[in-house]
Amino acid sequence: MARRAGAPEVNAGSMADIAFLLLIFFLVTTTIETDAGLDRMLPPIEPPETDVVIKQKNIFQVNINKNGQLLADGELINLTDLRAKAMGFLENNGDGSCNYCSGGKKDASSSDNPTKAIISLKNDRETKYGTYITVQNELVGAYNDLRNREAKRLYKREFTEMEAEYIKQETPASVKEELKEKITAIQEMFPQKLSEAETSTSGS
Amino acid sequence: MSKFAKKKSGDLPAVSTASLPDIVFMLLFFFMTVTVMKDNSLKVENVLPNASEIKKLEKKDRVITIYVGPPTQEYQKLFGTESKIQLNDKFAGPTEVGDYILMERAKKPQELQNVLTTSLKVDKNANMGLVSDIKQELRKVNALKVNYTTYDGDAFNNVK
Repeated sequence: MARRAGAPEVNAGSMADIAFLLLIFFLVTTTIETDAGLDRMLPPIEPPETDVVIKQKNIFQVNINKNGQLLADGELINLTDLRAKAMGFLENNGDGSCNYCSGGKKDASSSDNPTKAIISLKNDRETKYGTYITVQNELVGAYNDLRNREAKRLYKREFTEMEAEYIKQETPASVKEELKEKITAIQEMFPQKLSEAETSTSGS
Repeated sequence: MSKFAKKKSGDLPAVSTASLPDIVFMLLFFFMTVTVMKDNSLKVENVLPNASEIKKLEKKDRVITIYVGPPTQEYQKLFGTESKIQLNDKFAGPTEVGDYILMERAKKPQELQNVLTTSLKVDKNANMGLVSDIKQELRKVNALKVNYTTYDGDAFNNVK
């Protein structure tokens, strides 16, 4: 019998089965990570050595009770109105020293300027975590909205977008350097002063 | 002989499956790149809340995760339905959080020990009391950087 030219072909029919097997293995052993969230800094446990006196009008008090109701600055308000109210408080510009607060009402009984304005968040022990996150989200959103507005005016880009690019590992160092400067400039305009007080005990 | 070898002209040619392995491999590579290995099995229900103002947690090696939520079906007989903390692979009380953080921190390389983030994966129906206890413990061990891990979405879905 005459030999055929070339080696005989390897049967690759089972290749698909092998690949499917691997695919299924990876499907069951892995998860798609949820790796995004709200970044917060907790206050250090030792109290500051010198007592800082903060004027009452510079504090925006937010209280959440166990039923998820919201008390902001002494008023019972809806969750949906919180962002607008917080923004109004932050850029109130009571002493007129903030020249970029375009929406400021200059109300004497509200905050002096954005660098002094503090938002204090208190919650009950029985508050649902979901509600708490919604409130946090709205407060962070209020800061982000103001920062985005200023970043757009100054650098023609959104603040959150610049920040995301800065965190990314792929961003080259030279770009990061430039971004960092812009980010700190905006952060100084609206410093995020969000205090999380210890939880009040329920009941009384 | 030729009578048998001759094919009928009306017969459809078989669909070639030669590219099937390539397609499956493509899928395989997709899943290999977008997913990560499960490092521990969840013993608590963990439906995270939604938020829109989120930041991505880059650099996985700098993250310590704490899970909180009601125990899953199979553990409910033993542990009840009240929310629990899960550290690594076991349930724990709020007082153990501090030790856990210190232990995890010691495992990381020296240069990363000061830049660690604690990712709190808390079920949206959990009570804030437990979360506050954890926060208090974190403050005690000076792990101040926390990330409330959430899904991307409309935050008002949480209160519905």
